[in-house]
Amino acid sequence: MEILVCVKRVPDTAENEFELNSAGNDLDRDDLVYSVNEWDNYAVEEAIQIVDKVGGNVTVITVGDDESEEVLRREMAMGANSGILLCDDAFEGSDGKGIAGILKAEVEKGSYDLIMSGAQADEGAGQVGGMLAAMLDYPYASLVNKIEVQDGKITVGREIEGGNQEMNEIQLPCVLSIQTGINEPRYVGIRGIRKVAKVDIPVNGADDLGIDTASVGAAGAKTKRVDYFVPDMGDGAEMLEGSTDEIIEKLIEKLKAKGGL
Amino acid sequence: MTQIFAYIPFKNGAAEDVALEYPTAAKKIDEGASLTAVVTGSGADLDKVADEMTSIYSQVIKIDHADLAYPNAEVVRKALVNIIPTDAVFLTAHDTFGMDMAPGLSVKMDSAYAADMVDFEGIDGTTLKGVRQELGGAVNIHVTIDISSGAVMTVRPGSFAPVDGGSAGGSVVDKSGDAGDLSVKRKFLEVVEAEAGDVDITKSDVLVSIGRGIEDEDNIEIAQELAEAMNSVVSCSRPIVDAKWLEKSRQVGTSGQTVKPKVYMAMGISGSFQHMGGVKGNPFIVAVNKNPKAPIFQVADVGIVEDILDFIPELTEAVNDL
Ligand SMILES: Cc1cc2nc3c(=O)[nH]c(=O)nc-3n(C[C@H](O)[C@H](O)[C@H](O)COP(=O)(O)OP(=O)(O)OC[C@H]3O[C@@H](n4cnc5c(N)ncnc54)[C@H](O)[C@@H]3O)c2cc1C
Repeated sequence: MEILVCVKRVPDTAENEFELNSAGNDLDRDDLVYSVNEWDNYAVEEAIQIVDKVGGNVTVITVGDDESEEVLRREMAMGANSGILLCDDAFEGSDGKGIAGILKAEVEKGSYDLIMSGAQADEGAGQVGGMLAAMLDYPYASLVNKIEVQDGKITVGREIEGGNQEMNEIQLPCVLSIQTGINEPRYVGIRGIRKVAKVDIPVNGADDLGIDTASVGAAGAKTKRVDYFVPDMGDGAEMLEGSTDEIIEKLIEKLKAKGGL
Repeated sequence: MTQIFAYIPFKNGAAEDVALEYPTAAKKIDEGASLTAVVTGSGADLDKVADEMTSIYSQVIKIDHADLAYPNAEVVRKALVNIIPTDAVFLTAHDTFGMDMAPGLSVKMDSAYAADMVDFEGIDGTTLKGVRQELGGAVNIHVTIDISSGAVMTVRPGSFAPVDGGSAGGSVVDKSGDAGDLSVKRKFLEVVEAEAGDVDITKSDVLVSIGRGIEDEDNIEIAQELAEAMNSVVSCSRPIVDAKWLEKSRQVGTSGQTVKPKVYMAMGISGSFQHMGGVKGNPFIVAVNKNPKAPIFQVADVGIVEDILDFIPELTEAVNDL
């Protein structure tokens, strides 16, 4: 089975305390720690496990800049067989459809049975997988937390509200977006990354993909990100301050009053 | 005039709360827009929901087909493409169905797409301004959406004030005949219900809830000790379950349990909407987080900026000393 997994380099929500820049319209991007999108690790792990069972290859792909190469290498260190970087100044500012369109162009050059992505990334939209499927006329299932492969078709479980699982039979080729918890992504050490440091990663731009640059990037985007801002928080929490002992004393009084103790 | 269509999700013949929230979202998009509810399904449940919607919406479209009995997103999308005008604005909830169905719909309708909208700030010509969140709710961002050739948008449940309903006096139009060919390459099989666990967190008046801030499986013990001291139980956010440190039945949130405690102690939890979506009944929320900017402080009653690994044991000791 030939599997393509779409991944993204994102600011790490566990490692950063996000603040706005001095102009107050964008993130303060100095010193941000980036990593591969949490959901994508589960997708790559799942792809590797499927290939371990039924044979085939795992290719990881991203639309990004030079620095995105590092996430491809990380996923190759996990066990993906190859990586593809789609990079072009013209891609900058693309909305979800732009990104899906760029990926589609690369998908059509290859022959993949299964395409996966994380269920969502830093923007929390969860849009690229579903768009890519629709552009390719492939069936789609999102929030997948179980995959069983049989000949020519697969059974997938989707995580729905309340932690219930919706079981579906889906035909190949298809696109699946993967939910966290489907597996336990393997650990990648420095040594693993070093091993794939020299593997060639092809870089394809708009020309290589035959993409009309007017349809992607900021020019083609119908949905545009304008500015970050601090919302009016309303009242917000009453912050308890002082020494830890003082805080605990105040907290205990409040907990008693509210039925917590 | 902007034409807005809103997809009504329902279960066992009862519409989800978002059905009352779309009218507010629609007004914020365009005060003068027309708003039509769309209900898909089959049989008596569908008819019941469609009728109920006439008290909230002046126009209700129903699509009845055996293949729509379960809301398989692939089937629903096919039906909608044949029924929704391509230059319309289409709204659906940002839930597990909306996430499944809507991105592909925007491709098939060749319209703009915007996900998980939490607010709208009106329309200027064909440019709609709205608000979303990124990075798990850590930041807010304004977006513009060019709706000149229509738009598909998902709206976050609970973000728009519910309307009273009751007086719309609407009517149901049956468009089942227009749904067209509904054959798809994904077949719904069954829903497997979540398993019950060793403890029922929904029964506890107090919850000591831990998130990724607990950092290590071995540290869960300190939360358990605090829970014991407070006569309560430990619940958690999703990453703790993903890491297999606690059972799924302890997870609070949209894809876990809905809890209604009196007191909710959020320890090292950032406060994503999927997590807070499971905290109902307006409990007294205490948040302890080492990041003073954590979004949880916007919804908590009391906030404490501390490292939970130090703070929890000290609190436990103080409680035990009472
Ligand atoms: C479809 C879908 C459904 C989902 N359903 C759920 C759900 O049901 N429940 C759920 O919880 N999530 C759910 N999620 C995931 C959700 O989006 C968040 O990723 C998740 O809630 C984050 O969990 P967290 O707050 O524990 O982790 P994080 O967001 O990583 O936050 C950890 C917090 O701990 C703080 N911290 C770190 N170390 C310490 C320390 N030593 N002391 C004090 N504070 C510390 C950090 O500052 C941070 O604020 C869902 C996501 C999707 C896409």
